[in-house]
Amino acid sequence: MTDSQTVTVPEPAPASDREPLLRVTGLTKHFPITKGLLRRQSGAVRAVDGIDFTVNAGETLGVVGESGCGKSTMGRLVTRLAEPTGGTVEFEGRDITHLGVGAMRPLRRDIQMIFQDPYSSLNPRHTVGTIVGAPFRLQKVQTEHGTKRAVQDLLELCGLSPEHYNRYPHEFSGGQRQRIGIARALALKPKMIVADEPVSALDVSIQAQVVNLLDDLQQELGLTYLIIAHDLSVVRHVSDRVAVMYLGKIVEIADRDSLYRAPMHPYTKALMSAVPVPDPRRKERRERILLTGDVPSPINPPSGCRFRTRCWKAQDVCASEEPPLVAAVAGHQVACHFPENQQSPENQQSPENQQSPENQQSPESRQSPENPAV
Amino acid sequence: MLVYLIRRLINVVVMLLVVSAVTFGIFFMVPKLTGSDPALLYVGKIADKAAVEGIRHKMGLDKSITEQYVLFVKGLVVGRDYSTGVDVTHCSAPCFGYSFKTEREVWPVLLDRLGVTASLAAGASVIWLLFGTATGVVSALRRRTLLDRITMTTALAGVSLPIYFTGMLASAIFVYQLGWFPHDYVNLTDDPVAWFQNLVLPWITLAFLYAATYARLTRATLLEVLGEDYIRTARAKGLNERRVIGKHALRSTLTPILTVFGMDLGALIGGAVLTESTFNFRGLGYEAVAAISSSDLPVIMGVTLFAGFFIIIANLLVDVLYAVVDPRVRLA
Amino acid sequence: MSKTEKAPTPASERASGDKPFLSVRDLRVHFPTDDGLVRSVDGLTFDLEKGRTLGIVGESGSGKSVTSLSIMGLHRTGTKRGAPRISGEVWLDGEELVGADPDRVRRLRGQKMAMVFQDPLTAMHPYYTVGAQIIEGYRAHHPGVGKKDARKRAVEMLDRVGIPQPDKRVDAYPHEFSGGMRQRAMIAMALVNDPSLLIADEPTTALDVTVQAQILDLIRDLQREFGSAVIIITHDLGVVAELADDILVMYGGKSVERGPAATLFEAPEHPYTWGLLGSMPRLDRELQDRLVPVKGTPPSLINVPSGCAFHPRCPYAELTGDRSTTEVPVLTEAAPKHHAACHLPIAERHRIFAEEIAPRL
Repeated sequence: MTDSQTVTVPEPAPASDREPLLRVTGLTKHFPITKGLLRRQSGAVRAVDGIDFTVNAGETLGVVGESGCGKSTMGRLVTRLAEPTGGTVEFEGRDITHLGVGAMRPLRRDIQMIFQDPYSSLNPRHTVGTIVGAPFRLQKVQTEHGTKRAVQDLLELCGLSPEHYNRYPHEFSGGQRQRIGIARALALKPKMIVADEPVSALDVSIQAQVVNLLDDLQQELGLTYLIIAHDLSVVRHVSDRVAVMYLGKIVEIADRDSLYRAPMHPYTKALMSAVPVPDPRRKERRERILLTGDVPSPINPPSGCRFRTRCWKAQDVCASEEPPLVAAVAGHQVACHFPENQQSPENQQSPENQQSPENQQSPESRQSPENPAV
Repeated sequence: MLVYLIRRLINVVVMLLVVSAVTFGIFFMVPKLTGSDPALLYVGKIADKAAVEGIRHKMGLDKSITEQYVLFVKGLVVGRDYSTGVDVTHCSAPCFGYSFKTEREVWPVLLDRLGVTASLAAGASVIWLLFGTATGVVSALRRRTLLDRITMTTALAGVSLPIYFTGMLASAIFVYQLGWFPHDYVNLTDDPVAWFQNLVLPWITLAFLYAATYARLTRATLLEVLGEDYIRTARAKGLNERRVIGKHALRSTLTPILTVFGMDLGALIGGAVLTESTFNFRGLGYEAVAAISSSDLPVIMGVTLFAGFFIIIANLLVDVLYAVVDPRVRLA
Repeated sequence: MSKTEKAPTPASERASGDKPFLSVRDLRVHFPTDDGLVRSVDGLTFDLEKGRTLGIVGESGSGKSVTSLSIMGLHRTGTKRGAPRISGEVWLDGEELVGADPDRVRRLRGQKMAMVFQDPLTAMHPYYTVGAQIIEGYRAHHPGVGKKDARKRAVEMLDRVGIPQPDKRVDAYPHEFSGGMRQRAMIAMALVNDPSLLIADEPTTALDVTVQAQILDLIRDLQREFGSAVIIITHDLGVVAELADDILVMYGGKSVERGPAATLFEAPEHPYTWGLLGSMPRLDRELQDRLVPVKGTPPSLINVPSGCAFHPRCPYAELTGDRSTTEVPVLTEAAPKHHAACHLPIAERHRIFAEEIAPRL
């Protein structure tokens, strides 16, 4: 809109040149389920089931997916609020997967989290000053002009007034509360911020304020964001790269423009076509892919490709072979045997791809009753 | 469900063992530490040494604490023989031993006392459950009216006033002044009418205390439930208010009350000490107080285990009932 | 309190009258609280015909949900504490509801008008099976129908809303359904008596996008099939664009803009509507560098700003001088059937929209 507003991040250098700020490899989190008199483990909720990605310094990785896809669990694993079952999390090249509470403490300064609900994530009995100043006390950080001054600076940075120092959270609106949460996260000048649904509890007109604030802060402080959200339009707006999760797996990860312009995974495509847009005339002419059924249970995910039970392109190979997450075109990784929008079919992973996109079954014609849930 | 029940029953046994071990520890070890001698308690102060030794041996008090405990548990499960070497006394299961004071077997005494306490608890609980919840419901539906205020003030009084005060007051007025009620416990099997007459006053007194708590709990829960989304849905379906309250709101309200009720009843059967003393009934609570004041260890053990048993069983019943009432609670 | 001078008009008179099927006239819902009078809805007027869908859009506290509850008569009534003061008129099929006998309104509820709520998990009773809850709603208005027939009807409805194995699922409890299934069951429950008015209050807000698309489709299909009037209440402009024929934008308890969906999205008249459209990132547009939020926060409904309630947040408030703070703007027709409540002259509004707003949308 204005020329002061440029692209938020310098083009990320090729991955080989630079060590990413965060590297996640094979990250897994299984919640055990016990059964029987002796409480033997009979299975597990495979909330996060082997995901790999990297986040470069200064960029924003957006993670989208529907409820139960494991995106929030992933956020808690990366910030080490939950203990991974497997895989590694490396921050600045250092393996932090199994660091103890004590060893994590200095790292907590570098990785901060912003939560969804600005109502429940702030202690109602503490003043804003106490809440935002807590990180200084916990980490025993001395500030040049004292904690109060530092907190007031933070409040100002986040678009609040320094006079708010002595007020309580209930005196603020939802948007202002989220600003308080952001100020708290910024207190110790973190390198990376993991934000789980940072704007989804806010009104539309307020969402934009917070999105812009996150944008400004990234430019000003050179922050790296990992933003987890279900809203595809918000994620498109804030991210440089986007990962799409389905049932504990990343099914597609790519540059924002590439992903939104030409989504390759059928799930991504369906997800995008399902987003309602404020344009009544568009609803007649656009191509809608109506997925049937619900997301299957993460306890017994489908064999092979996890999306195959809802996918209109599914073939036998999808049930027997799990598609690996590989680069189909440069900077665009997808885990699908029959990806969409592919310019060069030779790259395709599966040799058995005989069906051309034209003679597929139309998605609309498959609007059969949903799978029984549970 | 079955697996759940089995697991819970194992739990009950373990908990009873723990309770018995702790009680055993306290009441059999403490005398050792303070230097008093259980055997001496048993035979009385004026006894010759030989008699004391005889008793000590017969009761197994000369064995180590662990051995004594094992013997005690064995007595509970399969019965136990007390032997002086010459004559053998068999105490069949469940054997809690013999009272130091009366030399009677503890188990029959407990059963006898249980009758009194159970009569008291059963009648009172029916009254307080009906009266307390009904008052609470009316109070919630007529919130902020005069009726609500009066009821809740009375309930506050009920919660605050100790049972010996209300009990004494009631006795003084209805038994001694007006002579409306007799004042002795009669067995149900002996004379049902007299049983009932004698119990009415204690029932009401005891129920008043509990009804007050239940009224307040019911009122608070019902008000909360009435704010639930599904109540709005029920109204949106066009159901009449009676059905909305009676079918949708009350069922959810009764669930937490059921929990509290189970606990209270269990605890009460373990002994309503104050009520029993106030009305001079010889129930379990009364027995417990008497046993403690005379260091009658086997009786103390018996009463404690008995009370523990009822509380634990009541807990189990509440949990099972909860699963029946609330389909979301899966017992697995 | 409620108006009592108007006797309820029998439904039979409807044929002669030319009133729309649903007509809300100057509806006001005020809640007395310790902090002051909360003017949740303050003079709302709109009409809705059968077979049409009205989308009511607004942010939290705009009064949109309170409106739907007043139409349904679901607010506490009488002089009880906490009961709102409701005035104005709600005409449904020739019958006035605000002043009507509460028992009469109750009989219409669930039968002629039905409602679908936001969160189907909390909106269904956890202790009763889905079937039992549908049957209950059916039998409440069909007292002569036996249990067996009512159950058949419930199965039929579950089948109609796309629940597989309806004869089995009818005996399942709400918690055994997934979110989307529950909302389908909720819709089945609302439609069991063939209501002519269906109010859906944020019906898809608690659902995932792919499931949301399914539910929106279902509502659209059912409306075509039954020809009922539908009110869809939401904060999501995308959702109303999918479903609604007409749209009403609420702000601070009042309607600030009202018009056919096509023109409202193409040529919105009110600065608040511009703000809403500008502040949401859109998948159907080129990526904007920056969102344009509406400054400030939604108004307090106790101390509603004087004049135009939107003036503290309106970038164009100064253009109309004092009027924005002293005079409450009324809805005036800016284009055919398209009304907005704004002091800005129509020509000026069109100029601002064309020059400043449209390019960045």
